[in-house]
Amino acid sequence: MSNPIIDPKNLVYEKSKVLSDNTMHYCPGCSHGTAHRIIAEVIEEMDRQKETVGVAPVGCAVFIYNYLNVDFAEAAHGRAPALATAIKRLNPEKLVFTYQGDGDLAAIGTAETIHACNRGENIAIIFINNGIYGMTGGQMAPTTLEGMVSSTCPNGRDVAIHGHPLKITEMLALLEGTCYVTRQSVHTAASVRKTKRAVRKAFENSLQGKGTSIVEIVSTCNSGWKMTPHQANLWMEENMFPYYPLGDLKDK
Amino acid sequence: MEEVQLMKGNEAVAHAAIRCGSDGYFGYPITPQSEIMETLMAERPWETTGMVVLQAESEVASIYMVFGGAATGKKVLTTSSSPGVSLMQEGISFACGADLPCLLVNVMRGGPGLGTIQPSQSDYFQSVKGGGHGDYKLITLAPASVQEMADFVELGFQLSFKYRIPCMMLSDGVIGQMMEKVVLPPFKPRRTQEELLEQCPWAATGKTEDRERIVITSLDLDPYRMEKKNEERQSRYRLVEATEVRYEEFMCTDADYLIVAFGSAARICQNAVESLRAEGIKVGLLRPITLWPFPGKILAKYAEKVRFMLTVELNAGQMVEDVRLSVNGKVPVYHYGRMGGIVPTPEEVSTAFNKYL
Amino acid sequence: MKEEIIIAGFGGQGVLSMGKILAYAGLISEKEVTWMPAYGPEQRGGTANVTVILSDSKISSPVLNTFDTAIILNQQSLQKFESKVRPGGVLLYDPHGISSPPTRTDIAIYTIHAMDTATEMNNTKAFNMIVLGAFLKIKPIVDIQAVLTGLKKSLPERHHHLIPMNEKALQKGFDVVQKA
Repeated sequence: MSNPIIDPKNLVYEKSKVLSDNTMHYCPGCSHGTAHRIIAEVIEEMDRQKETVGVAPVGCAVFIYNYLNVDFAEAAHGRAPALATAIKRLNPEKLVFTYQGDGDLAAIGTAETIHACNRGENIAIIFINNGIYGMTGGQMAPTTLEGMVSSTCPNGRDVAIHGHPLKITEMLALLEGTCYVTRQSVHTAASVRKTKRAVRKAFENSLQGKGTSIVEIVSTCNSGWKMTPHQANLWMEENMFPYYPLGDLKDK
Repeated sequence: MEEVQLMKGNEAVAHAAIRCGSDGYFGYPITPQSEIMETLMAERPWETTGMVVLQAESEVASIYMVFGGAATGKKVLTTSSSPGVSLMQEGISFACGADLPCLLVNVMRGGPGLGTIQPSQSDYFQSVKGGGHGDYKLITLAPASVQEMADFVELGFQLSFKYRIPCMMLSDGVIGQMMEKVVLPPFKPRRTQEELLEQCPWAATGKTEDRERIVITSLDLDPYRMEKKNEERQSRYRLVEATEVRYEEFMCTDADYLIVAFGSAARICQNAVESLRAEGIKVGLLRPITLWPFPGKILAKYAEKVRFMLTVELNAGQMVEDVRLSVNGKVPVYHYGRMGGIVPTPEEVSTAFNKYL
Repeated sequence: MKEEIIIAGFGGQGVLSMGKILAYAGLISEKEVTWMPAYGPEQRGGTANVTVILSDSKISSPVLNTFDTAIILNQQSLQKFESKVRPGGVLLYDPHGISSPPTRTDIAIYTIHAMDTATEMNNTKAFNMIVLGAFLKIKPIVDIQAVLTGLKKSLPERHHHLIPMNEKALQKGFDVVQKA
């Protein structure tokens, strides 16, 4: 793996070995790439590649298994926590995590999410909340903000028609089975460092059998939001963070 | 000395699952099969064999727990009844698409919809023709006794792991709720992780340095690769059709007429055959044990010598279509069935048969 | 030997468990056995019935239209099953709560005042064992010892102290059954 461009003595940062060499299909500016990298680095730093089984969602991250070099099972839309439940219960020594978007976790998979958390399954759930359905082309998500435009609410989300944006992470924090519930972001260097610490804690909790950990990452979908990456970051700070405030909701 | 016990078909499934070294059971209560999970919970196998037993929040969750367990090579099962099995169809299709071995049990009740809770066989099509989306098959075993409900647990797992095709035990409210004599299979320990790795090199068990990462998925966006995967799966289906057909013949050798029935209907028909024989009518009973692969060849053989065939089913006429396909117009094939949870008596079957004489 | 029996009455009368004890006794006597309940939402006061077959040879259908014996414990069941007893067969019933008694003349009809007897014994739970005792007097297809062993098998261990009481109830049924 010699790289003629970089002199090893000048090397200050290296791609995680848990990240594959496949080119990511995500749009420029998307948060998924950063979130994947964080997970890869944490698995490598914990030296748990051999013991990890990830559960992939349906959504933009459906191909997460092409980028993380660990064993994966691909769930149907919303069912990742059910798969993870059985994988962890039947393989208690494994590090088991799901990676799910807002449609997957908070709409079609609400029941599986709540019940896995309520049983306190020893799994980590990485929840990407960008307030929109990215893969299918920008439809309304359960977490789409009031007034926010999507292809299925072209005049903006009207709560009288569509109901309110779902604060599912707050709901999960109420459940006895969850041990660690936090909301983070990955749009600045500082927030990436904080999210990495949160993912590490969630993974350690899974191995220590402390219960279910949820790391929500409030994310951008600049393609779906029809903004430049920079605009999307600003829009997220101004609009998403007030409704989905960052920080730990629970740490027991 | 094998102990002869008296128990319900449902209870027999639970005991057999523990004894054959299952790793996990995931289910959701529904009549008429709730005794299966109740028995497992009362037996507490997690304290003895280490088998996991979990009551899920729905049949949807149950089948995906089975999917998750099977993805790691574990021997896992779920059980339900008709409406619950309908809810599982998505997951069954996914398991077939990911080539995962697992055991499913459907203790059928009358439908459609909520229907009744009484016995029925109206999920034949759903089981053997693929109830979910996509080109797939389930190895479908139809038990006709409590003993077979016990025996088909291990048989189902064996076939399922051998071909990496989910196996459905298609029972019904009669066989599930009835008590009769049964000799349970002997205790067999659960596989060790080493045995599992040897048997299931395809399983997602954690990436080691000596191999590439393993992904259990039914997805591939490239239609050419997807077609290849389907072709490979279909070739396994042809192999199963060539080698795993099972059926039972009762008084068929000299038969002028043939009744074809599976599961509880076959028990009732056997009684009818006995009384028709007592009247001097040479009738036999052929009982398919595997509904897929279907015993079509033997039926084609009998089509050369019998005057007609009559299928008796607790439905509006489902297996009759496969019998007709098998005999290919050689002899008339009639159907007699009751629906909605009504179980016909042997007398009713004889009367129906006599109409065609 | 082949005996095909329907036991029918109200849920809560011990219809299913009576059938179960008889089936266990059959098992102990090395007979072939089936026990097929008409199952439904479990509730007291609803109708309940069970088909029990004991035979020396393998049993084909667990579901039948006609029976050698009908054991009837309420009016609804009498209406439903009187006609289902084969000619020459037996109908055993408890007259308690029966307003229109059976009328057939081609079968043997017996009465067992089980409800009244159980009340006299100050033990309404003995009801179904009194009925079973009466049946075994008419048709001794299994012996009492097998029934008691069967009872032991079908009762959870914490109820085993009730076995002597049940034995007494069986005996009582033996004594008070009458040809109608």
